Amino acid sequence: MRTEMVGDVAGLDTSGYGPRTLTWWGTLAFMSLEGMGFALAAGAYLYLMSHAQRWPLNAPLPNYWPGTVVAILLVASAPLNHLLSNWARAKDLKKVRIGLVLMSLLGIAPLIVRCFEFPALHVGWDTNAYGSALWFLLGLHTTHILTDVVDTLVLTGAMFSKHGANPHRFADVTDNAFYWDFVILTWLPIYGLIYWVPRLT
Amino acid sequence: MTIQTEPPRDSSFDDAVLDQRLTEVWGTKPTLWGWLTTVDHKLIGRRYIVTAIFFLFLGGIAALVMRLQLGGPNAHIVGPDTYNQLFTMHGSTMMFLFAVPVMETIGVFLVPLMIGTRNVAFPRLNAFSYWVYLFGGLMLWTAFFLNSGPDAGWFSYVPLAGPQYGIGKRSDIWAQMITYTELSGLAVAVEIIVTVFKMRAPGMTLDRIPLFVWAALVTAFMIIFAMPAVMVSSTMLILDRLVGTHFFNWAEGGDVLLWQHLFWFFGHPEVYFIFIPATGLISSMIPAFTRREIFGYPALVLSLIATGFLSFGLWVHHMFVTGLPRLGESFFTASSMAVAIPSGIQIFCWIASMWDAKLRLRTPLLFVFGFIINFVIGGLTGVMVASVPIDTQVHDTYFIVAHLHYVLIGGAVFPLLGAIYYWFPKVYGRLLNERLGQLNFWLAMVGFNLTFFPMHLLGLMGMPRRIYTYQPEMGWGPMNLLATVGALIFFASFLLLLFNIVSSLRSRTPATDNPWEAGTLEWATGSPPPPYNFARIPVVSGREPLWDRPNSLPVVTGLRVDRRELLVSTLVDAKPDMLLGSPRPTIWPFAAAMVTSVTLLASIFTPWAVVWGALPIAIVFTGWFWPTGVKEEE
Repeated sequence: MRTEMVGDVAGLDTSGYGPRTLTWWGTLAFMSLEGMGFALAAGAYLYLMSHAQRWPLNAPLPNYWPGTVVAILLVASAPLNHLLSNWARAKDLKKVRIGLVLMSLLGIAPLIVRCFEFPALHVGWDTNAYGSALWFLLGLHTTHILTDVVDTLVLTGAMFSKHGANPHRFADVTDNAFYWDFVILTWLPIYGLIYWVPRLT
Repeated sequence: MTIQTEPPRDSSFDDAVLDQRLTEVWGTKPTLWGWLTTVDHKLIGRRYIVTAIFFLFLGGIAALVMRLQLGGPNAHIVGPDTYNQLFTMHGSTMMFLFAVPVMETIGVFLVPLMIGTRNVAFPRLNAFSYWVYLFGGLMLWTAFFLNSGPDAGWFSYVPLAGPQYGIGKRSDIWAQMITYTELSGLAVAVEIIVTVFKMRAPGMTLDRIPLFVWAALVTAFMIIFAMPAVMVSSTMLILDRLVGTHFFNWAEGGDVLLWQHLFWFFGHPEVYFIFIPATGLISSMIPAFTRREIFGYPALVLSLIATGFLSFGLWVHHMFVTGLPRLGESFFTASSMAVAIPSGIQIFCWIASMWDAKLRLRTPLLFVFGFIINFVIGGLTGVMVASVPIDTQVHDTYFIVAHLHYVLIGGAVFPLLGAIYYWFPKVYGRLLNERLGQLNFWLAMVGFNLTFFPMHLLGLMGMPRRIYTYQPEMGWGPMNLLATVGALIFFASFLLLLFNIVSSLRSRTPATDNPWEAGTLEWATGSPPPPYNFARIPVVSGREPLWDRPNSLPVVTGLRVDRRELLVSTLVDAKPDMLLGSPRPTIWPFAAAMVTSVTLLASIFTPWAVVWGALPIAIVFTGWFWPTGVKEEE
């Protein structure tokens, strides 16, 4: 078929941030489906609770301290996360490298506390359905932190390599920060569900 | 000091040189390595469709064995245990390995071509999704041939599928097959959404998007919000079975109906993952045979979206006999009936599109007629069973078997067969034989109705589902024999399709670029399309761009030819916004799929596999994402 040229796009940008890029939308789509998974796991917990005579089922209340520490650590990481995103937008490689190292540490810290959080549930996954639901919620969120920490570590390595000073890598850092916000936000309702809902009933 | 030189762009070359340059950059090498590493959406889409049709034949053979067994009373072709595995394999294969993947991945092939771009948004994820899907399907069928096929029905109800009654590894195989297929389905959904949002040709505003692309987009959104339900539930099932959790164990505070809620929260939208793309196929085919634009484009788009939303409010109608509160039953009856409204609007729009037109009665259009007739019958019985008193009477009888096959085969397989005849020349560069096509249609129409119409009557006579045989005194023999004869005819129609495909592929007459004189962009490029899809990116000013300006195609220039480059546009107005690189062929998606699949398979036998598998998984994904400094990353 004969073609007729009606415009030239050679001068367009070759990189960008946020909703202009494909990766940002991909990240949002993955957050949506993972968020749906969390919502359904929470729904299953509430469903089981609504059918139970008492809640927790034949188990002591969970100790809320380790979970609270995780919540504090996660929320405390938010300001640095946003600073890191801004440094990436400003393409400030030095600050981005420092920010990524710190964010890696701030990702690993809640994982360490998480090791104490599972025993603090005071119930096994195989004790009863209440225990199963608790371990499922906490397991899902742990996987969530773990994958983002691995992603952050790989990205940190990439930013220290010769490929660091690349606009697409800076965009990756902003998308990774975007995802970490999601990790923080998903923990808050799950934290409430695991530690405070049983205390309300 | 390095001297920055301006990269070569498509505006600097004539058509012949441009074709050569772009083929070098976008081509896939015809070697085993090229085959394993390709990220071309057309090759992967085609591979997906062929694999799904292979599974269709396996699922079809399972159905045929069941029909032969039920053709007369007291038959002994298979025993009850094999029969249980057969109906489970049939349903699971048709839903998870054939219908959903084939409908989603027709989009993988067609969407980039219809919206005027060169690949999907995340080509490596696309390749990964295919391999995971293939390994999941092979695992299921290998298990079946080793007498470990799942046997608790395609919806795997607990407690039958749970640790107490589900023997051996059968239900674990089923639950893990879900993980593979849903992982792949979700990955494709993400790609489709981002591709449609950000990669449309300049000028393709929201009201100019081809209707099949709208359907693929709505389906992808539904998948994002529905598939996690079955992943969550199948994970809970496998945890109950393997590590002793109690999600579905009543004795320890679990609940068997939790399974049904989670499964059908996914399962009912799943029916629409199959049906909505099929309606998109219909809406995209009709204009080529009426020679005018589709009637009621806005109504059709809104109906697709409305069906998508409503499909999330219907799941409980699968659970009417479980003793739910009356208010719940009334709500779900109303919503189940309400979904007939957008479907009805679509059917009236299609009829209006064809009304008084000079129809070209070719094979795809025959399948469109077959679709409308069969789907309306299935829709009407659907409205019937939305009513709790009727559902209570016919639940778990052959009436439901008849209904669901009219909806699924009438509503999706007939459009698919029409689509195969319609798009085959675009995919393989050969037209299918028209006379064989018409014979194919009539065999399918007669065979399908002979198979499934009698099942309505068998259901009303009280024949329950999932029985492997029956006594002669029940009086179900003659009607079952008729259904079995119909099944053989229906199966023959698929063999005829296969023959038509093979003989057409051997034909030496190539198809033209636009054999149907259709108006959408996929017909503006070669048949089959070159690896880069479009030498220059088209510009769109209407819904049927090739009809707006029949003799020339407006294009933009300025894309680089020394790397894989895509034009990214704005979400609503589709204005050109950025030029981005697109990944080259790579082995990492295949490696990642292998490692993921082995880990998932091993986890059926020991939960520690998840721990051991974590390291290799981390290694391959790091390899995948590690920057390499190629031109596409500039």
